[in-house]
Amino acid sequence: MILVILVATVLIAAIISAISKDSIRIKTYTTLISSIITLWLSIRIALDVVTSSSHIITAIPYWISIDGLGALIVLLVSVVYFTASIFSIGYMKFDIASSSKLYYVNFNLFVFSMLIIPLIKEPNTVWIAVELTTLFSVLLVGFENTNAAIEAAWKYIVLTIMGAAIALLGFLILYWAARQAGVEHYTWSALLIAAPQMSPVLLKASFIFILVGFGAKIGLVPLHTWLPDAHSQAPSPVCALLSGVETTAILYVILRLLPIMSASLAIDVNTWLSIIGLISVGTAAFLLLQVKDYKRLFAFSTVEHMGIILVAFGLGGASAHIAAVLQMIGHTLTKSFAFYAAGSVLLIMGTRDIASVRNLIKKSPISGVALLLGGLAIAGAPPFVLFLSEFSIIKAGLSQGKYIIVGILVLFIAIAFFAIMNHVSRMVFGKDEKKSSEQIAPVTLPISTKITLGIAIIPIVIFGVYIPETLNKLIILAAAIVGGS
Amino acid sequence: MQTLQNTLPLITSLNALVGGLFMITAFGIVVTRQIRAGLKFFIFQSILLAASAFLLGIKPFSIDLLIVGVINLVTKVWLLPLLLRHMVKKEIYTRREITQVFNIPTSLIIALVLTILAYFFTLPWIETQTVLSIIHVNVPVGLAGLLLGAFTLIARREAVPQLLGLLAMENGAFFAGVAIAPDLPLIAELALAFDILMLTFVIGILTRTVNEHTGNTSVGSLAKLKEGVQK
Repeated sequence: MILVILVATVLIAAIISAISKDSIRIKTYTTLISSIITLWLSIRIALDVVTSSSHIITAIPYWISIDGLGALIVLLVSVVYFTASIFSIGYMKFDIASSSKLYYVNFNLFVFSMLIIPLIKEPNTVWIAVELTTLFSVLLVGFENTNAAIEAAWKYIVLTIMGAAIALLGFLILYWAARQAGVEHYTWSALLIAAPQMSPVLLKASFIFILVGFGAKIGLVPLHTWLPDAHSQAPSPVCALLSGVETTAILYVILRLLPIMSASLAIDVNTWLSIIGLISVGTAAFLLLQVKDYKRLFAFSTVEHMGIILVAFGLGGASAHIAAVLQMIGHTLTKSFAFYAAGSVLLIMGTRDIASVRNLIKKSPISGVALLLGGLAIAGAPPFVLFLSEFSIIKAGLSQGKYIIVGILVLFIAIAFFAIMNHVSRMVFGKDEKKSSEQIAPVTLPISTKITLGIAIIPIVIFGVYIPETLNKLIILAAAIVGGS
Repeated sequence: MQTLQNTLPLITSLNALVGGLFMITAFGIVVTRQIRAGLKFFIFQSILLAASAFLLGIKPFSIDLLIVGVINLVTKVWLLPLLLRHMVKKEIYTRREITQVFNIPTSLIIALVLTILAYFFTLPWIETQTVLSIIHVNVPVGLAGLLLGAFTLIARREAVPQLLGLLAMENGAFFAGVAIAPDLPLIAELALAFDILMLTFVIGILTRTVNEHTGNTSVGSLAKLKEGVQK
């Protein structure tokens, strides 16, 4: 029941935003209230999943239920939904000229489509939910209605829908394999049970099609080209959702397939994940060196982190899986904060160009500090949560004797660290050469932006040193599901 | 394979005919230079997809597949062209498409190679199933349709032909789907149909916006967002 209320809340917020035609205030506060309710419900769900004996909550048998991994994704989506809703208040005030009628409708629908992915048990329907995430978010990407934004939106929809069509064939083949094995109620858990009887050839084909198809959506190289465009041109609160949780929510679908593939021994999943992950991390690390736009900087860092997460899952074993799940949490929280910081810089400076932003710490101490902290946190510096997770991944890899994979991974992470900190430190502390600062009218950050930055930084710092007992249990549950137990 | 064909001779051979025609429409979408003709090929392809669903639904009788065929006819043959003509009328009726990456003979050769690849790629999958010979036609043709759609998408520089490429990819996946997943839940089928209409709607909005910004819909010329060459 709680699952239905969760989804209904966001849907009602979308409907109210659609009905209230001209009042921005109603749309804004409806979305904010809906996000608070969603956050509260998702915490309740996570607690229920951890404390219940079966670790599963079911709303409609065989269709809608949630387990540890799903509860984690729902929690992450809700957290970013909450912070992005606050950030949107200030963003919309700054952007009064553009038609903001559809912003909150699409915003709520986009969150709705991401929330249903971990709730649905029937894999083919999950595919539809993934396609909906593209369709609801593409108009948000093109929201600023500039040439660049429209170009980003076009690339985004064409590449990800193309990927989705490839994945669709993968899902149909998976269904075929399940039918051959005599699966009655087609769900993720039924697939896991039937996996040893399923045809290895078909399982392998379906996995490759889905990995390639949804890899486009996650931003895996070589189908990542739309990602820096879309994630940089969208409004900042949408960037936080796209980069922080959309990628993670789609990654969830691939994680669902991992135990099924491991159970049938159809394909050496770990090698595939390691190779594809390393290629993505490496490509992103070198592209990070030469970015000229600080929102693209954080977008490429998403490609890097998705690669790290895949490599971590590819290492195999419980400790690597736990570290990978922590990396997912850390990435979502940190990346959303980084985009809020980047959004605040954009509000102050009015440009996305790295070279035109200098001496930020003088012009706006809050934005400067936020950008610096965001850069450090996303690059993986201590004491933030990503340092902890990356350290755990390396430790897990070394204890398994996978020195080559870990060595390459560390090298790429180091390059990415250097690249991010190089750009960020020059933006924050670099000397202003052009003396153009007088021309820019002094802009003060809206109060909602400051509140968002203040809220979003808290979990990144706390989880870096201390992970609450309940969250730890949830992480272990989620890792065990990916591990197949 | 020969023994299998004797079990349901008429329906199997009719379905093989539909599969062959489906391939021709897929080639048609690749090579046609006019948007109107491309749309007609797509509509014909969707009719063939529905025809395959009807044929497979007759024997063994499956009400699900018949409904799938009807859903297909309603959404792709009637509603989708209506929506497209309403949203991007000018594009379809007045523009003759000229921007294409490859010339027609090269496109045909690449399409042919993709088709042959699809056949050999699907051979090991088909061997897992020995009962239904319909799968021997629909799966390779479906994969070939998917690949040719992807090729159309890459080779075209215009908004509407790129949309037709995307839709042809999904048609390809469904053509395999009616054979390998005939008992998909109807909720999923309806959601898929709705999804395709949504896709067309969203792309229609984007095409209009691109037209407002650049005066044409040559999306291939949208290439400002790159590393290193900004501004």
